Parts: sequence; C-alpha cells; structure tokens
Amino acid sequence: MKIAVCIKRVPDMESRFRISADGKVVEEAGLKFDMSDFDGYAVEVALQITEKLGQGEVVVVSLGPDAVQEALRKALSMGAARAIHLKADRAPVDGFAVARALAAELKSGGYDLIMFGKHAMDTMSGVVGPMTAELLGLPNVSAVSKLDVVQGRATARRELEGAAEIVEFPLPAVVSIDEGIARPRYPSLKGIMAAKKKPLESKPAQLEAPRLEVTKTELPPDRQGGRIIGEGAAAVPELVRLLQTEAKVL
Amino acid sequence: MQDFYNVDSLLSEEEIAVRDSVRRFVDDNVLPIIGECYVEGRFPKEIVPGLADLGVFGANLPEEYGCAGLNNVAYGLIMQELERGDSGVRSFASVQGALVMYPIFAFGSEEQKRHYLPKMASGEIIGCFGLTEPDFGSNPAGMITMAREQSDGSWIINGAKMWITNGSTAHAAIVWAKTNDDKDQRSIRGFIVPTNSKGFRAKDQKGKLSLRASDTSELVLEDVHVPKDALLPKSGGLKSPLMCLTQARYGISWGALGAAIACFEEASSYAKTRIMFDRPIGGFQLQQLRLAEMLTEIVKGQLLCVQLGRLKDRGEFTPQQVSLAKRNNVHIATDIAREARRLLGANGILAEYSAMRHMANLESVYTYEGTHDVHTLVLGQAVTGLNAFGA
Repeated sequence: MKIAVCIKRVPDMESRFRISADGKVVEEAGLKFDMSDFDGYAVEVALQITEKLGQGEVVVVSLGPDAVQEALRKALSMGAARAIHLKADRAPVDGFAVARALAAELKSGGYDLIMFGKHAMDTMSGVVGPMTAELLGLPNVSAVSKLDVVQGRATARRELEGAAEIVEFPLPAVVSIDEGIARPRYPSLKGIMAAKKKPLESKPAQLEAPRLEVTKTELPPDRQGGRIIGEGAAAVPELVRLLQTEAKVL
Repeated sequence: MQDFYNVDSLLSEEEIAVRDSVRRFVDDNVLPIIGECYVEGRFPKEIVPGLADLGVFGANLPEEYGCAGLNNVAYGLIMQELERGDSGVRSFASVQGALVMYPIFAFGSEEQKRHYLPKMASGEIIGCFGLTEPDFGSNPAGMITMAREQSDGSWIINGAKMWITNGSTAHAAIVWAKTNDDKDQRSIRGFIVPTNSKGFRAKDQKGKLSLRASDTSELVLEDVHVPKDALLPKSGGLKSPLMCLTQARYGISWGALGAAIACFEEASSYAKTRIMFDRPIGGFQLQQLRLAEMLTEIVKGQLLCVQLGRLKDRGEFTPQQVSLAKRNNVHIATDIAREARRLLGANGILAEYSAMRHMANLESVYTYEGTHDVHTLVLGQAVTGLNAFGA
C-alpha cells in the first residue's frame, strides 16, 4: 500500500494578520506557520492505514518555497517514510495550477491512495484534491470522516447535514479528509531525530501560468461595540426595525 | 509568548520541533487537568505513558539504550515545556531522567544499562533518587545511611531518606549510602534498590503547600538486602550523586523558565483584557512595569540557558556555571510568579489560574537541588577561591 499525502504549509490561524503593502496578500513576516490542520489528519490516517496493514509506505508531498520543508519534516517525524518538495516561489492561489503540478508528480508514482486535507486552512478552496483526481482520472471522495481499506477497495464515510453517506470505491483513488477522523499524533522525539535522516527530495514544481489572480485581500471590519436601544417591550419595535434594516438578519 | 529577542534563531529546526511537540502535548494533556490535580494533591500518573511515547524520559541519553539521543538544548527545552505545565510534572521527568537514568548510564554496568534504561525510557520502570536525609540536606556528605557488604558480595542497607520525589510511585530507587562503616564521604556508593525489597518502605509526605501535583516521600530502609549487582560499580564518593544533581539542575534552569513563561503569558493576557477604571489594566504604568520586568528577566534567562546548553553539548560546562543558571532562573521565576499573581488581583489566588500554583511550586524548586543560598556560596567560592561552607 503506497500512499501519498499532499500537505500545505499555512499560517497559524490564531495569528494577528496584516495585509501586505500592495493590499493583495497576507504579510508573512512575523507569522508562525504549520502544516494545515486537515492535512495533519490526512497524514495520521495514512500512517494508521499502513500500520494496520503492517506494510506500505507514506510519502508526503508539498508545493511551495523552501520553508515548506519544515512541514514535510514534521510529517516525516510523525512517521512518513519520505518527502517530495515541489519547489516554487510561493504556492499559487490558482488551485488548478497546483493540481497540475501535483498530478505531474504523482502520476508515475504508483500510489494506491492519494490523500489531501478537506481544504487548506488559509485559502479554504478545497479544490486541489478533486482537480488532481480528475487530472489523474481517478475516483475522488471528498470530506471523508472515516476510511477503511481492504484489498484494493476502500469504504469512506462522509458527514452530511443531519445524515451520513457511505461510499465504496476501487483503488487507486483520491480522497480528502475531514476533521474528527483522527487526532494527529505528537511527533515523538525519536521521530524528530529520525526525520533528519529520511529522504527529502526537492525539485522544481511544473507550474503553468496561473489563471487566477488575487486582486485584493481584506481583513474583516473591526467589531463594533453593541448598543442599548431601550428596555422592555417598548424597545421591541425599534429592535426589529434595526435587525431588518441595519443588521439585515430578519 | 512572543519571542522578543528572536531566541528561536539560536535553535536548530529539530530543537524547535522537539519543543513544539512537547508544548502541544502539555497544552492538550497537562494544562486542562493540572489545576485540579494540584488542589487534590495528586500526581497525574495518567500522563506518564504519553510522556514515555513522546520520549521525554532520559531524552539526552543515547538511542542504543532506547532513549531519544537528543542534545542538551533540546533536552532543556523539554524541561521548559513540562514546567510550563507544572513544576511537579517537570520534577517527575527530571528525577526519572537526570537522577535515575543518568546515574545508571554513568555509573552502571553494561548489564544494568541494558536492563534498566529502555524500560525507564518507556515508563515501565519508574525511579526515584535517595540522597537527602532528614538531617542531611545541604550537607549530604554527612549522610548516615550505611550499606554493609556481606561475605557473598551482597549488601545490607540501613537508613532513611527524605523529600524523595516519585518515592511512592517508584519501582526502583537509586539509594546513596556510605559503605562498610566508613564515615568518610569517599565511601559513598550508589545502589539500585527495588522498592518491593523486604524492609523498604515509602511513606507519602503529607501537608505540602507546594508541588502538590507531585509525589514526595520518605524512604525507610531497614536491613534491606540487595544482591551484588545492585551496586552501581562505577560510583564512588559524594562526587557521583553530585554529578547527577548537576544534570538535574541543568534541567531545572530551563524548567523554571517554563513556569515563568506560563505566568508571564497569563499575566499579559489578563492585563490586556481585565477592565478596571474603564480600561484594560495593562494600560496602567504599574502593571506595565511588572510585565516589562518579567519579559526582560525571561529573555535574559533564555539566553543564559541556550549558552549553557551549548557549553554542555561541547562538554565544556562546569557545575559552577550550572549553579549560576539554576540560582538565577529559579529566582527570577519566583519573582515573576509572585508578580503575576499580584497583577491578577483576587483572581490570582484561584487554582483556575496558574500563577499562584507556580508561585507555590517554585518555592520548592528554589529550595531543592541545592538551595538558592548554597548556589550563592558555590559562586562565592568560584569568585574568591574561599570556601564559605560549613565550619
């Protein structure tokens, strides 16, 4: 069982964000970065599958600047066997460009399963997994909350609003992983030391010109303080009016 | 907390990864329960398997004995993160690693190392360290615990040890004793004593107002008979246990910073959100002075520790340098914890916040592993060449 897990390095979402001088992107200086949460779940699930089967290899792949190697090392310290770094100045906003580059790398790898997080914590597009599946001509199951692999086939559970869906599909396939499936393990201290010695291959990403451009990034408006419009039943008409006209929630 | 001096730039990628992994473990597994454990006076035994899986026990000892083989800076960062949780949790790991596994590694036979170290790294065997006696704390050379060699090479040990962290939890005790009725400190040897040996008793010390989330015991050894191979063959003289203490104190210098960081983080976040006189109390100069002092001392302490760790990794550090770091960092941590508690006002006395727990814990840390005063004299002697100890 050979599993590839595609991971992305994203800013810590607890950070205080600033917008760059050109108003287009988030200023990266001073931010802390880590592997995107859902990608961490995907790495954990992949490790559990190979551990359960008692065989197999987990390969982690990330696209971006040299700094993404930190996230790859983390996955290696959790137990992945090797890492592939697809080098680019930065990860393009255009998910299709990323998917093309990943598909080019993954197509000849002989993977039984290619895993993604449901979406990256920063861009939240959730398109790279499905697009990669399409480019590779493989079945795709998104937002998987449980995954079982038995002899060339897999069963996945997907949480829907008030219901669940069970999907069965043949391998090789591409899945993207939802939260709640597994808590990522703590990289053990031995794992961290071992990760230094595991192979990490770095090569240029095959990136085409992006077809999307971010023209503006904005922070949410500062939260306004609440205001008291009156007391008791007398205040209700004014409250309703404001909820309709100002807050526009009614 | 904010890395104000970019101390992280002095650390390697692995050292940061080690710290962050232990930090996450402490955030998830220690912080949610530790206040309650403290109030109940209970060591959270349930976290031991997790700590062992992470590999924190004896993490700076070699891989061939089942340990993580980390350098001393990474080891120090582990201690920092554990004590950010609680001094009792860090004490547990310090004792297991620096006071039990280290002497077996340094003074033990190859068989002892192969038998004990992997099981201690995995938490299967918990250890404690018996040096201090009821009447011999700062003056361990005066100990009266005695081991007498029998004709078949086995030993019979008699004595009492006090203030023994993990004493009631431990499966094995490293007991230091004088040998064969020789009262000179040079006769001191170390023994690995199984705590289920006949005549060995461990009694919890009750009524502690500090390190409440830690087991502290009195050990009584009454004609405890141990085989020949219980002796740590390469131990000899008071120097041997003091070498262990140097290891542990090194970890304490880092650990105390962890407690200080926890208090600083709590105080600074409280100062920014607690409203009094219609504005955050962090806007008042008196609180800013507190926070500025805390930040300054933590940064200084971090730089002290990183350099000490680098010296230790190069095999160049001295016990006197460790005394300086332990003395300084625990001292500033006690001040920071107390000032944090004060900044928190009435809330600061609650177990829901961590400042007063750390404040009370640090009084023990200030006192154990060489009291603050004794380290002062060590430094005084280093400066003047004159020994101010004893008579």
